[in-house]
Order: sequence, then C-alpha cells, then structure tokens
Amino acid sequence: MRKKIKLTDLDCAACAAKMEDAVRKIPGVNSASVSFLTQKLTLDADDGRFDEILKQAECACKKVEPDCMLER
Amino acid sequence: MDPKQKKILQRVGASTVLFLILLFLPIQGTGKLLLFLIPYGIAGWDVLWKAVRNIAHGQVFDENFLMCVATVGAFGIGEYPEAVAVMLFYQLGELFQSRAVSRSRQSIAALMDIRPDYANLEEEGSLRRVDPEEVQVGDTIAVRPGEKIPLDGTVLEGSSSVNTSALTGEPLPRDANPGDEVLSGCINLTGLLHIRVSRPFEESTVSKILELVENSAAKKAKTEAFITRFARWYTPAVVIGALLLAAVPPLLFSGGWSDWIQRALIFLVISCPCALVLSVPLSFFGGIGGASRRGILIKGGNYLEALAKVETVVFDKTGTLTKGTFHVTAIHPEQMPEQKLLELAALAESYSEHPISRSLREACQTEPDRSAVSDVQEISGRGVRVRIGGKLVSVGNLKLMEQEGVCGKKCSLTGTIVHVAVDGSYMGHIVISDEVKEDAAEAVAGLKRIGIRSTVLLTGDAKEVGEEVAARLGIDEVHSELLPAGKVEQVERLMERKTGNGRLAFVGDGINDAPVLARADIGIAMGGLGSDAAIEAADIVLMDDRPSKIPEAVGIARRTLRIARQNIVFALGVKFAILTLGALGLANMWEAVFADVGVSVLAVLNASRALKTGGGSSDS
Repeated sequence: MRKKIKLTDLDCAACAAKMEDAVRKIPGVNSASVSFLTQKLTLDADDGRFDEILKQAECACKKVEPDCMLER
Repeated sequence: MDPKQKKILQRVGASTVLFLILLFLPIQGTGKLLLFLIPYGIAGWDVLWKAVRNIAHGQVFDENFLMCVATVGAFGIGEYPEAVAVMLFYQLGELFQSRAVSRSRQSIAALMDIRPDYANLEEEGSLRRVDPEEVQVGDTIAVRPGEKIPLDGTVLEGSSSVNTSALTGEPLPRDANPGDEVLSGCINLTGLLHIRVSRPFEESTVSKILELVENSAAKKAKTEAFITRFARWYTPAVVIGALLLAAVPPLLFSGGWSDWIQRALIFLVISCPCALVLSVPLSFFGGIGGASRRGILIKGGNYLEALAKVETVVFDKTGTLTKGTFHVTAIHPEQMPEQKLLELAALAESYSEHPISRSLREACQTEPDRSAVSDVQEISGRGVRVRIGGKLVSVGNLKLMEQEGVCGKKCSLTGTIVHVAVDGSYMGHIVISDEVKEDAAEAVAGLKRIGIRSTVLLTGDAKEVGEEVAARLGIDEVHSELLPAGKVEQVERLMERKTGNGRLAFVGDGINDAPVLARADIGIAMGGLGSDAAIEAADIVLMDDRPSKIPEAVGIARRTLRIARQNIVFALGVKFAILTLGALGLANMWEAVFADVGVSVLAVLNASRALKTGGGSSDS
C-alpha cells in the first residue's frame, strides 16, 4: 500500500533527509520518501502491517524532530 | 507570516533591543555574564530545549545542539556579546529561511492552482453547488463564463471558448461546441456550457496533473541524492575537526586555549548543511513547477536532470511531427477540371469509412449524392470500382490502374496517390498527405540551436514519405517502414551510439509507442490532454500537441540544473573558505554566522529563480 502523509512542523531540510533514512530502515517498508518542500512523507509498505509500520515511522520521525507531527 | 514565525520575530526583536542596550552599559564580571544571559535566553530558549531533547534521542549532530555548544562555548571563553549575537543571527536566519521556503512553496502552489472548488450540478432543471468529487459519471453540470470547468466531459449544449492555459501554457483559447470534449482545469470564457461528465473527479485531467506534480518531489534527482549523502558526512567531519582544533594545538604548543576554542566554535557554527540540503531540491521543485506552468509535466527531478543532458532526440512521425490527419494536398487532373475530378473520386469512395475516403469528402465540401452510385466493388489493397450514371469508375492505386489496363501516371509528390479512371481512360490523380505541424520545423531548429547532437525520425510509413518529411524539417537521420518492434530496435541501437553522459529522448504520441517510451532514457509523450496511456507511459508529458515545447523543456531543465549547481558551489565555497579562515584564526563568529544562515537565505532565493520560466528557452 502506498500512502501520502502530511507532516506538520517539519522545520529543517537536513532533518527531512534523516527521517527518510530512518523510515527506510523500518522492516516492511518498500520505499519511503520525505519531501521537505511538499512537507509530505510518501510511504510504501506491506499492506497487512501498514498501521503498525506507520506508527514506527512516526516514532522514527519524532526522534529526529520532536515537534514534527504526522497527520492522518 | 504564520503565528509561529511572528512569535520568533517578536522574541528576536526584544532580544536585539536588550542586547544593544547592554552593549553600551559599562559593566564587568559576573554581572555582565548574567545580564547577557537574558537576551540570549529570550532569543534562544527553544533552541536550547530542542537540543536537550534531541540529545536524549541520541541525535548528536543536530543543528540545535551544535548551535548551543557554539554559543555556550562562547560564553565559556568570555565572549558574551558574540554568544548572544550568534544566537540572534541564527534565529533571524532561520526565520528568513523559513519565510523564503514557504514563499516559494506558495508560488508553486499558486502555479498549480487548477483544482476546481465546486461544480454546478443540474438536477431537474435547477442547479446545485456541490463538491466535484460528488459528481457521478453521466451527470450534467453547468459552467458559467468565468468559472473553472470542474470535471472532464462532453459539451451537450452551448458554445463558448475555453482557456486551456493552466493545462497547456497555450494562451489562445479553444472553441467548445456541442459534441466537443472539454477538460477539467480549463476556464470557460464566453458562454454558458452544459456538460455531460465523462470521468469521475479522481480520474479527471486535473487530478492526474496535480498528483503527477506532487509525486515528482518523491523521485529525487542524482544531484539531490549526492547532496544528502554529502551532508551525512559533512556535519560529523566538521564537528570532529572542531574537537581536534580545540584540543590538539594547545596540547602540542601549550597555552592559548581560549583562542583555539574560539576557532573550534567557528567550525561548529558552520557545520549545518541545511543550505545545501534545502536549495537543491528547491531548485528542482521550482523547475518542475515552472515547466508545468508551460504545459510540460515532468514526473521527477531525475527526469529533469536527464533532460538537461539530452544529446539525441528521436521522433515518431505520425501524430508527433505531423498532425495525424490526412488532407488533399494536390489535384493533378488529365481531362477534367480539378473540382470535377475530386467530386468524382469522393463520390466513388462515398461508401468507405477509410481515412483517405473521408479526407476526399472533406476536401469536396459538398455532400456527395450516394444514390447515383451503384455496383460498389471494393478491391482489397487497391481501391474501388463503381458504376456512376452508366459509367464505370475506378478509384485507387497504380496497381488498380494496371488491373484496369489503364496507364496511370507517376506523381513526383509524396503521400498517398489516388488515381481515377473512367471507362478505361485515365482522368488524373489526387495527392493526399499528412500535414506537418506548423511548429515542427521550429522544434527541430530549436533543438539544433541549443546543441542537440542528432535528431532522428522513426516511422512506419513509406520510405519516400519519411525522407520527404525529414528533409523538410532538417532531421539528420530517418528510418522508415518500421513496425513497433523495429522502433524499439532502432532506439536501442541509437542508445549504444551515444556518448558517456548523453541521454536519448524519444518523442511519441503515446498511443502505440509505449514500449519505445519505456526503453528510451526519457520518454516524452505528446498531446497528453485526455490520453491516459500517454500520462502513464511517459516520463515527461507535453500537454499540448506542440513539438516546439521540447527545446523549451530542455532549456528549463538546463537552467534548473545550472541553478542547483550554482548553489552547491556557492554554499560549499563559502563554507570551506570560512572553515579555512577560521582554522587560521582569520575569521570571527560573525562571519561564521553569515556563512551559515546568510548562505542559506541566498541559496533559497537563487533556487526560487528556477520557478520563473518566462516563456523562452534562451533564458540564462
């Protein structure tokens, strides 16, 4: 499944790159891309575990930038 | 300015005022430190807080943390004013940067402002304003002059002209009459239109375009990936450099701790790679946004990058360089007036739906009287034989003439030649050919002008036709009589021939050349308006049918890449210069702050130039 998730309060471009790296490392993620410009995370992950993976992704993003929120 | 930015601005303002007052107060010692901590706290408490939280998460090379170390360090060596100033400038710079980014993001959003807000649904004679997503296929909607057409459909009633410039970049309005297809995103200009919806909103042209441009940010260019990789080692390297600079020289040469620590702090201030990481994707995004404004949809930064390196452009003929419609281009009668010959041929072919027959009827302009035609006999691959008013009329190619025992004349023109014979005597022939698009020659000349090495024409048509078109347009190489598989083969052969960094672009109409579009480095589909297959298969979609958009697209791509490169060279150049000067003790904190945030702001401003496509490809 492929989903676009809006990120709010994503303030730094280098952080976006770090988030992308972190999300890609989560098992079950086929591809992930964080665009600082569109403030969006494009996540392609296993259908069955999508919600679980999304939660992990949120955690990974917060580790990089604590104020950043994933809008669902 | 959003509330968050306003708050920061207020804090920076208050802190600056306090800071300036303190600079002129004659105080020393601990009192001075405590007093300077007040404006420092006002300006930078959130940076300190974020730094603490990020350390807890194990993010050592976070810019907040580095900024804190730099400023706290400055306090430690007694440089109170510098510490406050660095924090102030850092906050101010971040503010500028976020303003510049949101501005360019907004201007891209404005470019893409083609999403319709509502539709006027017709229900039992009355109109109801609804969300376009609620409208079903088969519903009828009304569009008043000045309104955006919300969904794709067919005009039922009303005549108007529509402005397609948001989709195609084409300033001339198109006519819309009953039976015509109209596309969402166009603006209705003059008359009320009633439209039967043909596609749901999610599949409408507007939704497709928006999705495509949004997704393009996810397909990153190589340059962008390089910068992200570079940033990953840049920050740790600079921080380690700072540590070494602070520790090694004083230990080796003894003494001068505070001087070396100050130099190390300068390193920390410029260790954030944000300017680079930001400006490169921003340039690409701007370039893609600007191109879409001109009716050129680019599916990702990687394709934009490839387009800038194109050296071979391969064209499909029919529908790409030619209009794909057949017209009578010459009439060569032998024994009767031109109009008579044409009418005779049209009448004989009046029972056929072949494109050639249709173009004969179109050229005639009068509706043929079919009742005069009898004994219609189609001769496959040759033509027709009919009886008109007691006379035997044969219309077809040279082979048919031979069969009839008539000596047909060869024509010097290229195209499809239709010969006419009546009762065994030759009456003359009519030349029908596909028309070359008005701007096809301009497109080829434009490509030559911007330094494309070779242009190639591939066609399934006869050799003479292909060669004639190529010669007329100034195309270097022609391969004719190709089947679809043959086109793939030719493209593969051409790909082998190109030089190391060069790229090959194939331009087709997207109808039956999907395999070739996929095989080429860059597949460019023409006339994307309304054609799903084209949008699907190609990397770049030209929304209108104009081949002259290709040199323009290459121009935009090159300009975007140039801006991205300028930013890389500029940002890295300034940073390395300040690093060197800092290590030698020739730069101070102020210069370091400029190297960090000043460069970011300038890079963002430069990147936003990529948006401005102006309308010419010769832009520098």
